[in-house]
Amino acid sequence: MAETHSLQDIRQQASVAAKVFIQRDYTNGTMCQFQTKFPSELESRIDKQQFEETLRMLNNLYAEAEKLGGQSYVEGCLACLTAYTIFLCMETHYEKVLKKIAKYIQEQNDKIYAPRGLLLTDPIERGLRVVEITIFEDRSTGSGR
Amino acid sequence: MDPGMTECQYSQISTVASSPMESQLGKKIPKRKWQTFPGRNKFYCNGRIMMGRQTGVFYLTLVLIVVTSGLFFAFDCPFLAYSLSPAIPAIGAFLFLFVMGMLLRASFSDPGVLPRATPDEAAHLECQIADDGINSPGSGGCRSPPRTQEVVINGQTVKLKYCFTCKIFRPPRASHCSLCDNCVERFDHHCPWVGNCVGKRNYRYFYLFILSLSFLTIFIFAFVITHIVLRSNQTGFLSALKDSPASVLEVVVCFFSMWSIVGLSGFHTYLIGSNQTTNEDIKGLWSSKRGKGNYNPYSYSSVITNCCAALCGPLPPSLIDRRGFIQPDTPQTAIQSNGTTAYVAPQPQAPMCDQDQCIQGTKFVFQAATTPLLHSDPISLGSVPPLLGKIPLGVACSTLSYPAQHAAAASMPSRPWEGQALAHRDPEHEANRQLYPQAPGLGAYGPSSQDSLHQDSVRGLVKLSSV
Repeated sequence: MAETHSLQDIRQQASVAAKVFIQRDYTNGTMCQFQTKFPSELESRIDKQQFEETLRMLNNLYAEAEKLGGQSYVEGCLACLTAYTIFLCMETHYEKVLKKIAKYIQEQNDKIYAPRGLLLTDPIERGLRVVEITIFEDRSTGSGR
Repeated sequence: MDPGMTECQYSQISTVASSPMESQLGKKIPKRKWQTFPGRNKFYCNGRIMMGRQTGVFYLTLVLIVVTSGLFFAFDCPFLAYSLSPAIPAIGAFLFLFVMGMLLRASFSDPGVLPRATPDEAAHLECQIADDGINSPGSGGCRSPPRTQEVVINGQTVKLKYCFTCKIFRPPRASHCSLCDNCVERFDHHCPWVGNCVGKRNYRYFYLFILSLSFLTIFIFAFVITHIVLRSNQTGFLSALKDSPASVLEVVVCFFSMWSIVGLSGFHTYLIGSNQTTNEDIKGLWSSKRGKGNYNPYSYSSVITNCCAALCGPLPPSLIDRRGFIQPDTPQTAIQSNGTTAYVAPQPQAPMCDQDQCIQGTKFVFQAATTPLLHSDPISLGSVPPLLGKIPLGVACSTLSYPAQHAAAASMPSRPWEGQALAHRDPEHEANRQLYPQAPGLGAYGPSSQDSLHQDSVRGLVKLSSV
C-alpha cells in the first residue's frame, strides 16, 4: 500500500503527532521577541543548542526590522513628505527583513528541522503571536510517539 | 470543422458560465482571507480597503471637509489670489490634499488587528496553562486559562489579559475593540470620524490628519476673515457678505470645529511626547498618582525620541493578510482538544487514499457493531442537557460575583464527563481513538463551547453593570 504513494503523500500521512507553540517574550516591551526556553516535547528530537540558536537568530532579525535608527527615520520622513505614496514603488524596511526571515526559516527547515521530522512555521503566518513547531510522527521507529 | 461555427460555440460557453475557470476546470476559485474575516469590519476593493462597521460619521467628515474647502476655493480664493498672493490658494490646495490623503490612509488601513488564534493554538494555550497551574482534581482538564498573566517590562509589572473572543493573551498595550470585535495592537481608540480604530499601524496617519486639519481649519478661517475684511473696506460690510455668502458658512464651520480639532491635536501631541495611548491616559495607568514608583515602561529617554518613534518609526506590516488566499489545509474550523494532558493534534483533513478510507471505515463499522455502548456514549449525551439547563441559571446569577461564577462554570460541568470518557477510552480502545479522535471530541464540543459562551455572556453583563 505505502509503496504506491508519493513522498508527499507519505509525509502528509505521516500525521502530526503534536504541535509546540513558542510564545512571545514581552520582557523588553512590545518588540517582537520569542521565548528561547527549550520545550520539553522537543527533547528527543533536536539539540537544545541548535534550537536556541535558531530562536536567537530569529529574535535578532525581528529586532533589526523594528530598530529605531537613522535609516528608519530617513525612510519615515521621506514617506511622510511624499504622503506615503513612495510605498507604492518600494518596500518598507520591515517587509524586506520579513523576506529575509522567511528565507532563513526555509533554510533552517531544509537543513536542520525536516530531517528530524519537525517543521517550523513562519510566525508571520500566525500573526507574530507564536512560533509553531509541528512534530511529525516518527514512522521509522514503529511506534507513534 | 467550420471555423465560424467553432467560434460561435466558444463564445456561447464563455458567456453562459459565471467564470471560465469554474466551468472548464470544475474547480472553485479560492476565497481570499478577508471574505472569511471574523471581525466586524467592512472590506472594499477586494480586500484592499478595510474600515470599521459604522461609516456614516466618516462620510460626514468627508462632506464637511470637501464642501468647506470647495467653497473656500470657489468663492474666496479668486479674490485673495488677485488682491494678496496666488500662493494662498496653492498652500490651501496642498493642505487640503494632505488632509484628504491622511484621512483616507487612516480610514482605509488596517489599524494593527491581531488575527485570532488558530484552534490548535487556543487548545494548546488552555492545556499548557492548566498544567502549569493548580492541580485540579479529577482529570487533566484543559479548561479556561486564568484571565491574566503578569510580565515585568523594564521594571514595571504589566498584566496581560486573556481575550475570550480572540483566544489569545493580549500583548501589552493591545486592547479589544468591541465595535470592530478585534484585538488591536497599541490600541488608541475607535474614532467614528475616521470610521476605523486607531492603533499601531495607523496612529501616525491619524495624528497627521488632525494636525494638518487644524492647520487647514485655521488657514481657511483666517483667510475668509481677511477676505471679508478686505471686501468690506472696498464695498461695505453688508454688501461684502452679499457678494460672498459662502464665507459665512465657512466661518461658522471652521469656528466650531477649530476648538475641538486643535484641542485634539494638542492632546495627541502630548500623548506622543509621553509615549502613551489614549486608552492608557484615560485609565491613568502610568500616572504618578497611582504610586510612587509608577512610570511608563514604554517611554524612551527623551520626548524627541518618543516623537520620532511614533511618527517616523518603522511601519509594521499588516498581520491579517486580507488579500491572501485561504489555503485548503489551514485550520479554519474549530478542532476540539480531547481533554488529555498530553496534547494530541487531531488527524489532519488531508485526503487519504481510497484504500485507506475503505479499510478504516470497515474497521469502524466492525467496532461499532461490537461495542455499542461506547459509540452511542450515553454519558456524554446525558451530560449535555444538564449543562444546557445550567446556562440560563448561570447568566441570571452573573451579577452575584463573577469569579465565583467563573470557577463554578469551569469546574462543574465537564469534569465528571471527561473522567468517564477517559475511562471508557483508555484500555482497549486505543485504536479507535487513533481513527476517530473526534468521537470524544464531539462530545467535548458541547461543554467547551457552552463554557466559552457562558463566559462571554457573563463578561458582557459584568461590563454593562460596571459602567
